Amino acid sequence: MANYAWPSRDEAQVIGKKTSRLDGVAKSTGTAKYTYDVNLKGQLIAKALGCPHAHCRITKIDTSPALRVPGVVHVEVLRDAGSEIEWQGEILAVVAAETEGAAAEGVKAIRVEYEPLDVFVKDYDLEAAERAGRTSSGGGRVQTEREPGPNDDEDKFADAEIERLLKASKYVVEGFYGIDPITHCCLEPHGSTVEFKDGKLLAYLSTQNVSGTDDGFARDLNLTASDVEVRCDYIGGGFGSKFAPDYWGVAAARISQKTGRPVKFMLDRDLELKLAGNRPSAYLKVRVGADENGVIQVWDSHHWGTGGATGGAVSQNVVPYVLVPKNYRRRVTNIKTNAAPARAWRAPNHPQACAISQTVIDDLARVMGKDSYDVFLANLVNATNGKADVYREQMRIAAELMGWKEKYHLHGKGPRNGSIVEGLGMALHTWGGAANNSSCTLRIRPDGSVESWCGTQDLGTGTRTVCAMVLAETFGLSPADVRVNIGSSKYPVSGASGGSTTVGGVSESHRRAAQDALEKLFALVAPKLEAQAEQLEAVGGRIRVKGAPQRSISWKEACALLGDMPLEVTQSYRSGTPSPLSSSQVAGVQMAHVAVDLETGVVRMKKFVAVQDQGLVINPKTCASQIYGGVCMGIAGALFEQRIMDPETGAFVNCELSDYRLPRLGDVGEIIVHLYEPDSERQRGVVGNGEPPVISPIAAISNAICNATGVRVPVAPYTPQRVLEALQRRA
Amino acid sequence: MMHAHEDTSRRSGFSRREFLKGSGVAAAATALAQQSASVAQEQGVEVVRGKKRITVEVNGEPVSVEVETRTTLLEMLRYQLDLTGAKPVSTDGSCGASTVLVDGKPALAAALLAIACDGKKIQTVESLAKPELDPVPKAFVEHDAQQCGFCTPGFVMAVRAFLNQHPHATEEEIRNGLNGNICRCGTYANVFQAVLSLVKGGANG
Repeated sequence: MANYAWPSRDEAQVIGKKTSRLDGVAKSTGTAKYTYDVNLKGQLIAKALGCPHAHCRITKIDTSPALRVPGVVHVEVLRDAGSEIEWQGEILAVVAAETEGAAAEGVKAIRVEYEPLDVFVKDYDLEAAERAGRTSSGGGRVQTEREPGPNDDEDKFADAEIERLLKASKYVVEGFYGIDPITHCCLEPHGSTVEFKDGKLLAYLSTQNVSGTDDGFARDLNLTASDVEVRCDYIGGGFGSKFAPDYWGVAAARISQKTGRPVKFMLDRDLELKLAGNRPSAYLKVRVGADENGVIQVWDSHHWGTGGATGGAVSQNVVPYVLVPKNYRRRVTNIKTNAAPARAWRAPNHPQACAISQTVIDDLARVMGKDSYDVFLANLVNATNGKADVYREQMRIAAELMGWKEKYHLHGKGPRNGSIVEGLGMALHTWGGAANNSSCTLRIRPDGSVESWCGTQDLGTGTRTVCAMVLAETFGLSPADVRVNIGSSKYPVSGASGGSTTVGGVSESHRRAAQDALEKLFALVAPKLEAQAEQLEAVGGRIRVKGAPQRSISWKEACALLGDMPLEVTQSYRSGTPSPLSSSQVAGVQMAHVAVDLETGVVRMKKFVAVQDQGLVINPKTCASQIYGGVCMGIAGALFEQRIMDPETGAFVNCELSDYRLPRLGDVGEIIVHLYEPDSERQRGVVGNGEPPVISPIAAISNAICNATGVRVPVAPYTPQRVLEALQRRA
Repeated sequence: MMHAHEDTSRRSGFSRREFLKGSGVAAAATALAQQSASVAQEQGVEVVRGKKRITVEVNGEPVSVEVETRTTLLEMLRYQLDLTGAKPVSTDGSCGASTVLVDGKPALAAALLAIACDGKKIQTVESLAKPELDPVPKAFVEHDAQQCGFCTPGFVMAVRAFLNQHPHATEEEIRNGLNGNICRCGTYANVFQAVLSLVKGGANG
């Protein structure tokens, strides 16, 4: 067993160097094949009939007219008469046809009769939800410095203690904050291209989880998982919504089994938005009390929201977010609505928790008439993740990059340029990001070629490139010299790409496998160079004696010593195993600079700064891209996107991209990314950074709007209408 | 070539009325198709089928394809020619992922019927790979203006078309001129840098 470690910053040849992604040309010239792009010979195209009602019972379903449509080959009914449907878009039947046109025509021809049932979608209206019997407790927690006495009623004690602490506070803020549901809106919709042949299933699935989805297909089709291969060379976005085959993937496989033809079944855009993933809403009523320095001493909150028909609201565990005072009471109410169940959305719970609690800190600064930066700084004493010092340093860097000191003015006190006012806001976040399980098989052939296999996938983070960089670093080669295979359930098992766990996981497995292989190769080379194996190093395409670089042989010559048989190594990393290669928990600070038009309510992004720790950075280029992207997604949630449902019918009214607003290139302003990687963080090893940068933007932008206007716009997204309403309330 | 479309329409004896009936309720969401849908709804669903052979030049090669009248250019490229670079993301093309060049101008293949392209020159993103890599995809790679990559081919074509018309674009023109494409991963800052490098570097071949 090798002594697993990363090279120092000075020794590193490949890691830490900006490297273009190896599949970049394939992606940017359209030759990368996504699930949607796989065209199998003789394939059928499937389309779905989604339920038009948010809550109803099917009384009759007649598919025979669809079967009469020329080109329609098969209709698979998923929900029979008698079924209760609890959200709009739920798939009732799937039509498979020779062309898209015929499939769509077949869907239109299906005749369904419905009995409408009562609908509830007003997740923001707690009282209405209670009246409708749609609420349940999501738990809560009380923590006070003073303990109740043995004879005290705990609830009454907490009530009295909270009131006492609020009364003793120098500053009290009372407020309402919220964030509406959004969808995942993957640009490649959920779906698969499948072929059932000779008792085996080949499933090209748009998935974040190639190693964990074969079983889901197998169960339904009465196969063993080993009869199924799931492939995903490229995935067009997942963001936490693509971990399973989903019932529509299974339906495609079933149709292939029945018709003997390959089937492509990708959701249409409206169904993608209605069904295939959304993020729970969160609305919070809160009172906080702070001392004369602005340090929050007591927090008392109740929040509610919906995860749809089955999911819960935002967890109470992350409210308040990161900065948790010594005394707090929090509780959460889940609301059941007629909407599809929520799915894990990039950094589950955190963006909402940050948006509804770090806005409170900014309002405290407003009430105190103090610089928001100073109030955040004072509250670092309440950081619960042991990162106060990191945040302090990150705040200093971010403020410098933003020009905070030069630009800052107190809330609503800035200069007015025509109808435009500007403002600054900040927020901070944390995330785990520990490495997931990962296995890697590595083969070094006698001709010097290096190839690896790993059942992971590339969500867009640049996984292939990371794997190649780790192998190249270890062998003293360049990333282009290494062939990396990912994206099949037949490869060594690797974890799902969720929770910022992939780069850590594959770095672990690939580094371990490579160090083991190199150790074996050194043993063969050592006699040749008249040295001990421990004295050797692999640098610049050669294996050489440390301190005597003239005593060396080329990588190819070294591999030729293998004789006829390739050298093969498989190594695994088990998540949670302490390791010098990876760790967990990161910190990040973000600052926003916005301009608000007081007449139109339009908010424009001027500048955004993101300072992010992620331990050791393998590829600064793709790592920075994650942060740029997270910030853009955060801007989307702050200013643009919103699932809008008709409150009476539960219809998702903006389920096309023309109406579901997302920012465009001209909407995001200037974005500055700073990779925070001092030795103290680098030595922790790799930590994932997919989730962290998407957490703070909404709170930071809300705070910047409040700083510009002097008014809190309570609920995200901060649309022109909501900005104007908030301004009018003040007037 | 400029008037090829009108000529071939006459040659095939395709009247506008037949076209509307033929495009049916299931056609892509173009203005014409919406009209046809309302016509069809008024008359009850009546889909008149028909195929038409069209000749197009795709990436410099003449191609003859028999398409259904309701087939979009995007479906034809993807299913009949296996050119899957242009992507189906939204039925109305409002995200720009299906951007191709038709007679040198950017067009949304998802919102264009194949029969409307008869006689025209189609350029897809695949053409930028050869004979040598076009500076636009090259800059996208260099500036990492791609993550999941699903929007990237459409974005690359939009940038190609933009730079063809504005080779010396200012920063402001870049921010205002590339708002037809959605990237969910949020590569906008990187796309902006890629385009800026092309304008500044004069690598806009």
